[in-house]
Amino acid sequence: MTTLTTLSLLFIGLPVALMAAMHLLRRRRAVCRRIEAAFRGFLLLCACLAIFTTLGIVFSVLFEALRFFEFVPVWEFLFGLEWSPQTAIRDDQVGSSGAFGALPLFAGTFLITVIAMAVAVPFGLLAAVYLSEYAGRRLRAVAKPLLEILAGIPTVVYGFFAALTVGPLVRDAANVVGLHASAESALAAGLVMGIMILPFVSSLSDDVINAVPQSLRDGSLGLGATRSETIRRVVLPAATPGIVGSVLLAVSRAIGETMIVVMAAGLAANLTANPLQSVTTVTVQIVTLLVGDQVFDSPKTLAAFALGLVLFAVTLILNMVALYVARRYREQYE
Amino acid sequence: MSRADTVSSMSNVHSGGRESPANATAAAPAPAANTARANPAPPAEFPDSTESTVVYRLRAGIRARYRRERRFRRLGAASLAVGGLFLLWLLGTSALQSVGAFSQTYLAVDVALDAAEFGGDAPYSREAIAAAPYQRLLKSALRAAFPAVTARRDKRRLYRLISDGAPYDLRDRVLAAPQLIGGTHRFWLLANAEVDRLIKGSIDRHAPESNRRLSDQAIAWVDRLQAEGRVERRFNRTFFTAGDSRNAEQAGILGAVMGSLFTLVATMLLAVPVGIAAAVYLQEFAPRNRFIDLVEVNINNLAAVPSITFGLLGLALLINFFGMPRSLPLVGGMVLALMTLPTIIISSRAALAAVPPRIRQAALALGASKVQAVVHHILPLALPGMLTGAIIGLAQALGETAPLLAIGMVAFIVDVPGGPTDPATALPVQIYLWADSPERAFVERTAAAIVVLLGALAVVNGLIAVLRNKVEKRW
Repeated sequence: MTTLTTLSLLFIGLPVALMAAMHLLRRRRAVCRRIEAAFRGFLLLCACLAIFTTLGIVFSVLFEALRFFEFVPVWEFLFGLEWSPQTAIRDDQVGSSGAFGALPLFAGTFLITVIAMAVAVPFGLLAAVYLSEYAGRRLRAVAKPLLEILAGIPTVVYGFFAALTVGPLVRDAANVVGLHASAESALAAGLVMGIMILPFVSSLSDDVINAVPQSLRDGSLGLGATRSETIRRVVLPAATPGIVGSVLLAVSRAIGETMIVVMAAGLAANLTANPLQSVTTVTVQIVTLLVGDQVFDSPKTLAAFALGLVLFAVTLILNMVALYVARRYREQYE
Repeated sequence: MSRADTVSSMSNVHSGGRESPANATAAAPAPAANTARANPAPPAEFPDSTESTVVYRLRAGIRARYRRERRFRRLGAASLAVGGLFLLWLLGTSALQSVGAFSQTYLAVDVALDAAEFGGDAPYSREAIAAAPYQRLLKSALRAAFPAVTARRDKRRLYRLISDGAPYDLRDRVLAAPQLIGGTHRFWLLANAEVDRLIKGSIDRHAPESNRRLSDQAIAWVDRLQAEGRVERRFNRTFFTAGDSRNAEQAGILGAVMGSLFTLVATMLLAVPVGIAAAVYLQEFAPRNRFIDLVEVNINNLAAVPSITFGLLGLALLINFFGMPRSLPLVGGMVLALMTLPTIIISSRAALAAVPPRIRQAALALGASKVQAVVHHILPLALPGMLTGAIIGLAQALGETAPLLAIGMVAFIVDVPGGPTDPATALPVQIYLWADSPERAFVERTAAAIVVLLGALAVVNGLIAVLRNKVEKRW
């Protein structure tokens, strides 16, 4: 309670106090200038909080991950094939150390991400093309907010839906065809995640497609191309860098998505490419390892931070590349 | 468009009333288009032999191109429809599943409030009333209602028809009306969740007994009660006024709602002032240099970092390093504040950028300092837009689950929290917890909690829309 009061006093009270002081002392120029400098200093501090947050994430995750690597070698963690983190009830218990080979986790994350992108990219892109090139004003006015609703639904709702509706549906459908599917299949989680990411892809691509200069379209149409030919041969190639950027951002989001997979994908670390089987992901394991009261020096808790480090590094690289590509693209047409 | 029309009207002459592509909308796929695909331009349509083969080929090519055009267009509309249909499916399923949770079954039990159990004669002291053996009273009341039940195991099953919480409910009611003591009165008490499911028709009576949580015997009892008019479905007030519980019939969302509320208050108190200050600095004062570039890249990156990472930060820094307790809305609020900060900064900057430069120029020309120009003129004009940004951040924080799991807001907490420093869960976390529960009776409650969460988000988003319309100013 006191922390909250102090912090909010600092962040709300300080600027207000500075503004008030500036007003009261407005006739004394020299004092006023000092207060203004202090005010700017406060603003700068707030702006730097973003940097502190990033540094905080990097150091906290890195620090705990390094402690984890004292228990388990990096090599074994990154390329080990067996993942079964166990809690030791007693110190002298056999097999208390568990196995921390995270490769099945990476494979599972990859599988679900691929399924999600297989849904989100084609549908999202086509929807964006339709909205920006074909749809009339009225359809746009209805469809865009609808997609925004889809994007605004909390992921835990998608998770519930994936676990209770789509999962059993996939299992039953597979049974009809004569295949065996787990109720917690990678396919169900991937499909729902794909729908979750669809509005993300479509709204980013929509912006990118709208940024393609009209003169390119006019040129193509003027040469006798149909609209779809113009889109496929002129607009989309011109928009490719931006679309690649938005797809990369979507991939980063799929990798980091937690609740859908926690609720709809399994816990068993299977190394498989079969989408009907249950797989587990990096985020699922982070949550599983952390839920409940854990001591901070067991490899089990620390493993979550090692996984977090991998997750952060991969998504950071994807985001950087995506932002770089998008920026380069924007400059191209400005 | 006009060109397309001429071409299509040209081909209309030959292919006989085919719909022009401009009219062939995806919503109403023209049946004529299908026949055109089935018979790809039979030469019979060109009895006129003066038509050269070159022109014929060109026409066929154009027709094929228009077919592709229509197909592409339909594909786009279908993709859009996929999103819309999925949304309908998702919302429809949740709403349908949630319906049951808003009503609850009550059973009428005639309880003999024997004065001897309350310490003899009136007036009864509060302590005596509170300490009376309500469980025993209820059990004997149920035995009296079903005198045929004598076996010990059957009796236990009988007692299980009403909720575990019924004795406490009875105590509260007797405390509120002590004059009832001494007589036999009919009390409507909460039924067990399985009985409730039976009344709602969610239990298949014809399934083998071993597959049900309710025995044939219990079903017969409930049927008898129902025949006597002693079963009623009422509005489920418990769901909105109680905290979490292991028993589905006693579980409510108030605890989670309050937890979410305190978390969001903490989030907003921290994130909004800092976000606005950072946006003002970056938009109005920041020099163009490497460091500021770094800060900006950083903010854009943080906006795309997986939310669970913020949970790891909170766990390592706030809980492990600073030693804050787990499960507090305050700690959750801090973590969510860091998470929503980039969103708030980015949209606040957009609001500042929308204020035309002439406002600042005018202020500066009249002798205001740079800080004065910003604080007195630009900030008030941009504030409504910034508010929208803050509410967008609020909506994001309201639906977020993963970081709260990492900092331990998943504990099973029965009490409704009274402040940001009481252990609590949040609404999305409660959904996750209930969805995880093996008891079928929790499914409808999970769906109902989802409906409440989505309702809250709809209100927040409506607020954003209203604000946008009010605020959007043409300069």
